[in-house]
Amino acid sequence: MGTVLLGILAGGPAHGYDLKRLHDERFPSARPLAYGQVYSTLARLGRDGLVETVETTQDAGPERTVFALTPEGSRVLAEWLDEVETPGSYTAGELLRKTVSALHAGAGAADFLRRQRAAHLAAMRVLTRELADAPDIGTRIALDHTIAHLDADLRWMEQTRDRVNQQNNPHHATSGRAPDNESDDQGEITVTQR
Amino acid sequence: MTEQTMREREPMLAARAVHRSFGATTALRGASIEIGAGEHVAITGPSGSGKSTLLHCLAGVLVPDSGLVTLDGRRLDELSLDERTRLRRVQFGLVLQFGQLVPDLTAAENVALPLLLERRGRASARAAADQWLERLGVGDLADQRPTQLSGGQQQRVAIARALVTSPRVVFADEPTGALDTVAGERALEVLVSATRETGAALVIVTHDNRVAAVADREVVLRDGSTEPVGARP
Repeated sequence: MGTVLLGILAGGPAHGYDLKRLHDERFPSARPLAYGQVYSTLARLGRDGLVETVETTQDAGPERTVFALTPEGSRVLAEWLDEVETPGSYTAGELLRKTVSALHAGAGAADFLRRQRAAHLAAMRVLTRELADAPDIGTRIALDHTIAHLDADLRWMEQTRDRVNQQNNPHHATSGRAPDNESDDQGEITVTQR
Repeated sequence: MTEQTMREREPMLAARAVHRSFGATTALRGASIEIGAGEHVAITGPSGSGKSTLLHCLAGVLVPDSGLVTLDGRRLDELSLDERTRLRRVQFGLVLQFGQLVPDLTAAENVALPLLLERRGRASARAAADQWLERLGVGDLADQRPTQLSGGQQQRVAIARALVTSPRVVFADEPTGALDTVAGERALEVLVSATRETGAALVIVTHDNRVAAVADREVVLRDGSTEPVGARP
């Protein structure tokens, strides 16, 4: 959380209230920040010398403190942004477990994959409508992120189906083949034990 | 059930057990689909699964070897060549991936073309074309030729041309396939919102899940046959 606040402060000094508002705008799919969380994080960043108080004002309401990045804070932020994130492993998702289990179950996975595709596409449909009405770029980017992951799942499901068909019928390309092949791959697909 | 209710339940456009071959190559083997008035349907499936062939059969561009294509219950194969041409020109609009605009005509002349072919007056056709180009955000490009336009702008002009006759169905074959992500997304938004506004049905062929997600419903083709219908949202 600290580095995210540093990133927001890179745009200029801000009150705790502004930091919370900008965070929630930029990351609409994340849980909204609690004010207590903002101020406790700012206190920690201040203690570490990464932010400093540049102004304290008090109008009619409570005292408001304006925070800014220190040179050390800028350095820590740059270091964080320079560091490549470890790609997700995606190895143990329920979708993968269920698909592989269905393929090995003997009953076949075609029907499961078909229904799962419909469910994924229905979710994409809802998000795509939200995207068209998205009020700001933060919301659009967050929706893009979720849609891209659903799209990746859909393409993986299609590829899985093709791979299994290919294994069961090595001389029968199931995707992109010339449509003059008379054989029919519309039946159930299951992993053939070899 | 009353006769009126039965008529209302009849799909506006339907293909039933359609087979279509090109020489020794079979593209469709028993494909079926129903499209209701104003409905947006995506036809998806792997490359070579027969998506475009089915679209062209629905649009009356191709005649099936066997099976039926009907509009309001009337068989398209029983229409005369002239009737089918007129149907395609007036009741159907077509948007392709690229290369559909006449290069020697301006954007406005391209959009006005279907109306001029219907013997609409030149001034009236031009006014309708200008109105559609304006509506789709390319009104200032009316006098530009296609080569002077970006891919996204060309698609907007093509969409305007498809809609200028107030068609009942717009067919789109990979309409964003030649565009980058953002231009494709915008062209798609224009196509979807314009057809929703006019109440036209939209039949969109795509291999892109993001494009399929703008439709109300998906029909999957595999090896020339339609798969069982997926769940509605």
